[in-house]
Amino acid sequence: MSAVRPPRALAGLLVWRLKGAGTRHIPCPFLHLCRAANDRLITFQYFNFLKRMYVTQHNRDLSQRAKPKSDPVVSPFHELQQLDREKKVIHRISPLSPAHQPWPEASGRNELREVKSPAETEATAARAEPREDRQWKEMKLRLDELPGILARLSKIKLTALVVSTASAGFAMAPVPFDLPCFLLASLGTGLASCAANSINQFFEVPFDSNMNRTKNRPLVRGQISPLLAVCFAASCGVPGIALLTLGVNPLTGALGAFNIFLYTCCYTPMKRMSIANTWVGAVVGAIPPVMGWTAATGSLDAGALLLGGILYSWQFPHFNALSWGLREDYSRGGYCMMSVTHPGLCRRVALRHCLALIGLSAAAPVLDITTWTFPIISLPINLYISYLGFRFYRDADRSSSRKLFFCSLWHLPMLLLVMFTCKKSALEKEDKGDLLGKGESHGRAMEIRLP
Amino acid sequence: MDAGTTPGFGKLRIIERPELELTHKDHVLGFSPPAHSHNDWIGPPDKHSNLRPVIFYVPPEESPLERRLREARQEAQACNQHFWARHNCAFRQEKEEFIYSRLKAKGLEMRDETGQKATLNAEEMADFYKDFLSKNFRKHMQYNRDWYKRNFTITFLMGQVALARALRWLRWKKKNVER
Repeated sequence: MSAVRPPRALAGLLVWRLKGAGTRHIPCPFLHLCRAANDRLITFQYFNFLKRMYVTQHNRDLSQRAKPKSDPVVSPFHELQQLDREKKVIHRISPLSPAHQPWPEASGRNELREVKSPAETEATAARAEPREDRQWKEMKLRLDELPGILARLSKIKLTALVVSTASAGFAMAPVPFDLPCFLLASLGTGLASCAANSINQFFEVPFDSNMNRTKNRPLVRGQISPLLAVCFAASCGVPGIALLTLGVNPLTGALGAFNIFLYTCCYTPMKRMSIANTWVGAVVGAIPPVMGWTAATGSLDAGALLLGGILYSWQFPHFNALSWGLREDYSRGGYCMMSVTHPGLCRRVALRHCLALIGLSAAAPVLDITTWTFPIISLPINLYISYLGFRFYRDADRSSSRKLFFCSLWHLPMLLLVMFTCKKSALEKEDKGDLLGKGESHGRAMEIRLP
Repeated sequence: MDAGTTPGFGKLRIIERPELELTHKDHVLGFSPPAHSHNDWIGPPDKHSNLRPVIFYVPPEESPLERRLREARQEAQACNQHFWARHNCAFRQEKEEFIYSRLKAKGLEMRDETGQKATLNAEEMADFYKDFLSKNFRKHMQYNRDWYKRNFTITFLMGQVALARALRWLRWKKKNVER
């Protein structure tokens, strides 16, 4: 009997070996990014690719409505009383019979759940779910499915977006591009993000089950045990932070660790306690580009904070617009979101931060990060998102929220791209320095200019 | 595992209410796992709670630790099922009542001329969503605290069980090698 035990016991150990196999399966947009960044030109296609995947996912979210199950004509007012009757259905485990049946025979009361059979077929018809989702599944870890499961557990697409914002931070730093440092920083950030996302899903299983957007997550479907999810998170988080601290610099490592803490221990529980979670979540989103910058320069200067500020402001139109269409699910699930409790504030804040983006873009040349062409070129897209923000503020309906949300999806990559192309090159700064330092430094300047 | 008298769960103590223990009763859940299987089985989402029921495998030589883990998981499952089924049904019921009262105030019927069920648009429903959320806030706080505690306990027990099994397997392997 005990011979069958080993695979289960070793499942935890196996996941370590398979971690390598899992990551190989993940498509390598990072390689694209590295090659492109090397030529100092991040292709727009890269962001477009991510955006397309991201959009598709969210398209499904927004167009999906929490449909009440098609109940029989019996008045729904009676449902609660019916449910009370159902509750009394017993389940009992009787002691194992000596016949060595692996499944103990049940005895005692066999009350049928009357509502189950007719409702089951109704529910099947009502919900357009794949057939296999309606079936019972053995809770056994299938190794061939593991990479996919871990990708979904770590929210790999979101992680890729986080890594690309960190890369943008790295690219914008006014230092010569260092490829190994860049790769280490990206990898460390990616691992930290995977860890944070896994812990988030670990905490939210029953809530995720009740929301349409999240009901197909691996822990909800029982494809992976909570223990394995935690082990995976640890095996991503610890090496990730270690990589950042030892391979890049301690400041970046500290920021990464702080961000994991902020996301898992502050943002996730706060979602159910107070609307302030949105502001905490915005900080979580703002830290990766700051990490990219500190990875490159080793210090937290004004440029890092500006980039963080841009990402921080961007979160509000993005999230507030998204949450507008999910009010029913949030209300039922017990999530405290502005869109449910303070709808006016929700729209005001979204508009406010759209306008803040214009201001922050104008601050970039002042801080010597970009040339003055940046605020000028980015003005159209910033004005457009502000316009949509204003429409959302005024109309407060589903269509304006959708428009604002989809705009935010292409607005950010485009803004970062424009920022990168308008980046103040080191040569320009040198010229500026030469112009200022006349006299004795003039001779030196002449020497530098000669090939 | 003490569920206590938490408002979210009602007076629920598994030890005193054996009828709430979970089993793999065939016709109650409509499914019976195959006899040769030594794993737990997870089913489709419940109609009311949206949670997926799990049928737990009881191994013949279940250690006390494994038993504690299984019972903790069963209790958590029962409590979650109880909470969410009640909560979702209350939501649906209150939503219908709200729609009914609003339509009545507008002078409309529950069903229009074509026989279709009349609905309110999202902006009108927003009042209901806000109200429902604030009404159930304390209930959710209690449930959250309970859920986090259970989740940690169960995961910790899983860790202990996995460790115990690994050690047992290593000992068995060593014995076999010696033979």
